[in-house]
Amino acid sequence: MSTYAKKQGFGATLWDFMTTVDHKKIAILYLISGGLFFILGGLEAMFIRIQLAVPDNNFMSAGTFNEMITMHGTTMIFLAAMPILLGIMNAVMPLQIGARDVAFPFLNSLGFWLFFFGGVVLNLSWFMGGAPDAGWTSYASLSIHSQGHGVDFYVLGLQISGFGTLIAGINFLVTIINMRTPGMTYMRMPMFTWTTFVVSALILFAFPPLTVGLTLMLFDRMFGANFFDAAAGGNTIIWEHLFWIFGHPEVYILILPAFGIFSEILATFSRKRLFGYSSMVFATVLIGFLGFMVWAHHMFTVGLGPIANAIFAVATMAIAVPTGIKIFNWIFTMWGGSVRFTVPMLYAVSFIPSFTMGGVTGIMLAAAPADYQYHDSYFVVAHFHYVIVGGVVLGILAGITYYWPKIFGTMLNETLGKFTFWFFLIGFHLTFFIQHFLGLWGMPRRVFTYLPGQGWETSNLVSTAGAIFMAVGVIILLINIIITSVKNVRVGNDPWEDGRTLEWSIPSPPPFYNFKQLPLARGLDAYWIEKMEGKKEMTPAEPLGDIHMPNGSIIPICITIGLFVASFGALYNMDADKTWTVPVIIIGLLITFGSMLIRSIKDDHGFHIHKEDLMDDKDKEVKA
Amino acid sequence: MANQQSNSANPNLNLEYRRKQNAEEMKHQVITFSMMIFFTLIAFAMVAMETISRWFIIPVILLLAVIQVIFQLYYFMHMKHKGHETIALFIYSGLTVGLITVLVFLTIVWL
Ligand code: HEM
Ligand SMILES: [Cu+2]
Repeated sequence: MSTYAKKQGFGATLWDFMTTVDHKKIAILYLISGGLFFILGGLEAMFIRIQLAVPDNNFMSAGTFNEMITMHGTTMIFLAAMPILLGIMNAVMPLQIGARDVAFPFLNSLGFWLFFFGGVVLNLSWFMGGAPDAGWTSYASLSIHSQGHGVDFYVLGLQISGFGTLIAGINFLVTIINMRTPGMTYMRMPMFTWTTFVVSALILFAFPPLTVGLTLMLFDRMFGANFFDAAAGGNTIIWEHLFWIFGHPEVYILILPAFGIFSEILATFSRKRLFGYSSMVFATVLIGFLGFMVWAHHMFTVGLGPIANAIFAVATMAIAVPTGIKIFNWIFTMWGGSVRFTVPMLYAVSFIPSFTMGGVTGIMLAAAPADYQYHDSYFVVAHFHYVIVGGVVLGILAGITYYWPKIFGTMLNETLGKFTFWFFLIGFHLTFFIQHFLGLWGMPRRVFTYLPGQGWETSNLVSTAGAIFMAVGVIILLINIIITSVKNVRVGNDPWEDGRTLEWSIPSPPPFYNFKQLPLARGLDAYWIEKMEGKKEMTPAEPLGDIHMPNGSIIPICITIGLFVASFGALYNMDADKTWTVPVIIIGLLITFGSMLIRSIKDDHGFHIHKEDLMDDKDKEVKA
Repeated sequence: MANQQSNSANPNLNLEYRRKQNAEEMKHQVITFSMMIFFTLIAFAMVAMETISRWFIIPVILLLAVIQVIFQLYYFMHMKHKGHETIALFIYSGLTVGLITVLVFLTIVWL
């Protein structure tokens, strides 16, 4: 292996990560940047809760509050939850199907950098004249009249990071369709791979409507088009439709990977096969399918008419059926298993009731006539935080803890992990449970303050106290990460001891080519099958041979930086006094298309790892 | 896709069979190609005649267009061959999503 020895030092590591096309390193990039955005969004949430802790508060102005909630929602959904999940998918999915990388490693890196710079564009708005302030949904009736450039940052930032997500989704689809190891049929794929597959399909179909919507918004704001301006013959409702045609599948893009993570964890720590595997697959596909036919449940109060409302209400309630199938399967997986309460398992067990509560309020909201009461009240805030925090964020925390050893080769401390878990879980319910009632007592959503004497004081204070608990939990997690990284105690292949799927059959972290020989999958839970027959490793499906690997490349960053530069030209283009904008757009696009041109005319065939370098003593013995 | 061919590198293997196969394929392509041209002529002719109601012409032209797309996909882009199931699945899912959107826009936004 000496020929592949790496240079040391910070600069070399940085360069390595900037040019990497290795799915495991890109996963780490996603996790780090998603984690940073998560902390940023968390800080914004804390500021929101401080402002609302007491009535008539003037911790921040109404305008700043609007920017805060907009950036909190946008950051958490697009820049924290989704990238962290894409990171876990990148780290785990290729290993689970026995692949050496994703199908298009170069695009994988491009996807990451597009997401990252899109997020940077969005957040630079804080320092460049004010953040977007029309809500994460950016309804056109509000956003086309928003002063300043906030909403332009929203449009361009999301446009760039949206391209990145779309690229990642297509990449995963092709990987799962084409790169499964011999024996890994569709119905032997681990549940997390299945959810990755369905989620990637959702990304493929859901992001184009967002792209279209954002483009129309861009034209309305930049060039004075009137797509959404009712006074000029446009229709503001079209934005709402386009946004939610994307937006509802988006919430399933977030929750399905969490479902996948929990399915793996529940099976592993119950030491049992996932109960009803094929019905789980069926339910996942069905949820993905139905997810596209329900978006108008966000628009019941728009006045679509009773027939449209009824159709969308019934379609929405239908989603509860496959979701219920999943909940029961998870419970039956634990039933009769020899359950081990590790930190990931604690998250999984508490996820089931927490998420179910969110599902129940979802059904309540889906009853269109009742929604006229709930809509735009704190009841809705409570609902989506129960599904997103109680489902997605618990899933992320569980997934990070569970896969930490596979990604970084060390084990997070269990005791500290339990502290994080309890602080977070208690804080979460403390913050959001009471908000159901605040909503029913009439507190509207997205208000920057409220008057005393309406019976909302105590509840809001309780809610803020809960938020502090959650923050403490996250801080303990950060301490845990630092301690673990400093101690750096390495672990073996299967640190949880009950790993069932292929990723646990190779070292932690895996070598950069993942599998020396592609493994033969002989059934669902392929590694478990081998273990049950007393074997220590997988049966190889191919003889030892040369492995072809792609070269790293700096071009993805160059492509992205071009778009980054151009977006600032586009942003300020409408200001009459700024004449530099058109040149900036042109320079940016030249960088982007120039880099793409270089990529397409310069051949890059990658390199081979030779068989001799792969052979260890054992292989040589066999030869001799 | 490659599924139709044998794995052998020998070009003479199954030559007779493959020749027949290709001739058949060619026949299909010629037939569909001429039908597509014929459809196009019909479309132009209908518009040129000026006597037929547009409420008849527009749906018929759309129908002819759909048939042409199907010919294109199945006969020229080989979707009728084995090994295209996943591709078909994704095309039809995308189509479903798109058509639902159009349907909703037609019923509750624009009309
Ligand atoms: C049983 C399943 C579910 C049902 C029946 C359901 C139903 C609904 C309904 C009807 C609304 C609109 C309420 C209103 O604005 O008046 C809503 C809002 C929302 N739901 Fe769900 N939901 C479900 C699951 C989920 C999941 C799994 C997520 C995310 C992981 C989610 C995230 C959201 C979000 C973010 C909103 C608020 C959007 C906004 O206005 O900003 N929901 N849900
Ligand atoms: Cu929804």
